[in-house]
Amino acid sequence: MSILEVHNIEKHFGPTRVLEDISFSLDQGQALAIIGSSGSGKTTLLRCLNFLEKPDRGTISVGGSVIFDAADPATQRESEVRKKRLHFGMVFQSFNLFPQYTALKNVTLAKELLSQERPDFKQNKKAILEQIQIEGQELLAKMGLSERANHYPSQLSGGQQQRVAIARALALKPDILCFDEPTSALDPELTGEVLKVIRSLAEQKTTMIIVTHEMAFARDVADDVIFMDGGVIVEKGPARDVIEHPREERTRQFLSRYSEN
Amino acid sequence: MFLTVIGALNEGFIQTLKLFAVTLIGALPLGLVVSFGSMSRFTPLRWLSRTVVWIIRGTPLMLQLIIIFYIPGYLLPSGSPWPSGESGRFLASAVAFIINYACYFSEIYRGGIQGVPVGQQEAGEVLGMTKGQIFRHITLLQMIKRIVPPMSNEIITLVKDTSIARIISMQEIIWAGYAFLKGSHGYSGLLWPLFFTGIYYLLFNGLLTLLFGWVEKKLDYFR
Repeated sequence: MSILEVHNIEKHFGPTRVLEDISFSLDQGQALAIIGSSGSGKTTLLRCLNFLEKPDRGTISVGGSVIFDAADPATQRESEVRKKRLHFGMVFQSFNLFPQYTALKNVTLAKELLSQERPDFKQNKKAILEQIQIEGQELLAKMGLSERANHYPSQLSGGQQQRVAIARALALKPDILCFDEPTSALDPELTGEVLKVIRSLAEQKTTMIIVTHEMAFARDVADDVIFMDGGVIVEKGPARDVIEHPREERTRQFLSRYSEN
Repeated sequence: MFLTVIGALNEGFIQTLKLFAVTLIGALPLGLVVSFGSMSRFTPLRWLSRTVVWIIRGTPLMLQLIIIFYIPGYLLPSGSPWPSGESGRFLASAVAFIINYACYFSEIYRGGIQGVPVGQQEAGEVLGMTKGQIFRHITLLQMIKRIVPPMSNEIITLVKDTSIARIISMQEIIWAGYAFLKGSHGYSGLLWPLFFTGIYYLLFNGLLTLLFGWVEKKLDYFR
């Protein structure tokens, strides 16, 4: 069954239409890669899923229930949006780690704040916070960053920062983890360590949407690929088919630019 | 003679410090409120807030002080709202200084808040934090780090600006020094006490400079 269903999403920035009639679905445990040139609307689409942008039209459903309907203001209430966001995790291109906190605190902060809303927080405060610490340590260990838990972001390399950001997103156990060009801000020699982490998440059947310019990575790691151009989905299908045997001329043109260099 | 002068100057300097402290206590939080007004998405509020800042920053503090001290007495049927004597002059000065400095601080805050990358706010949002949590746990410290240098500048200016309260005869240290020139405590025509007040300002501002240097260093652990 689909964990995520997106129907007819449309988004304008002023008079410019950046997304048009975007529909797709994603099954539990699958990885979806979104490819396309800059300005094709990939990032805006991810931002819509994370409620960082509000689509002008369309619906978004998670686990069978509609969490956003552009036609229904009741689905857009501020208080509920905050909770609905937690269905999605987001890893940004520029990491956006909190500079004043250590790697570990970056991972645990949101969970600590959320736990304050638990009815048993006052009674079990110590145990709850301790548990969050342990989980944070485990996540950092999974990212190969145990040694770096007490470092501040400015003391970490770009690749390490992005891995902390992935751990931070995972800490809230989102249904769907979104990556917005996770390696685009990294030096080429640092992209490998981040891609390796994402690859292992895919092997563990983490449901993911990855906006990326790494074609070989998309082909090998994603189950499905969507190619976007000018705000519309031009082609979608199994990763290997779309990247090795594109049906559409525009997809072919786009991919040929990648094989050239 | 020296001890008499020092005693009088000390008394004046205590008034100076009181006005300085009360202004900070009032203007630091009020400035934050004004900066939120200036950044509000509600246009009338933003417009009002920015107009007030324009008027207060665009006119001399001395003029504002005179208006706040004298004008209510003419307008209100019950007469001046300020208590008589030094306490009234102090209160009027405090009100004028707080409003004036809140407007300057608000612009420093605004620069500090808007200087925090929008990605910080978004990272907090996607992690399910409330607006208040994002401000307290993410934006605030990054803003403070950014505003320490311009704030220290403004606060050192405030130390010296307290002397403007002399225009309504609040008995701060310049007033106390000048008194020896005009005639007081059995002396007149004494010039040096007035110049000597400079030492007080210098020492106190030196102390503040050390303090701000320390704060800046404390916040050096992140970038």
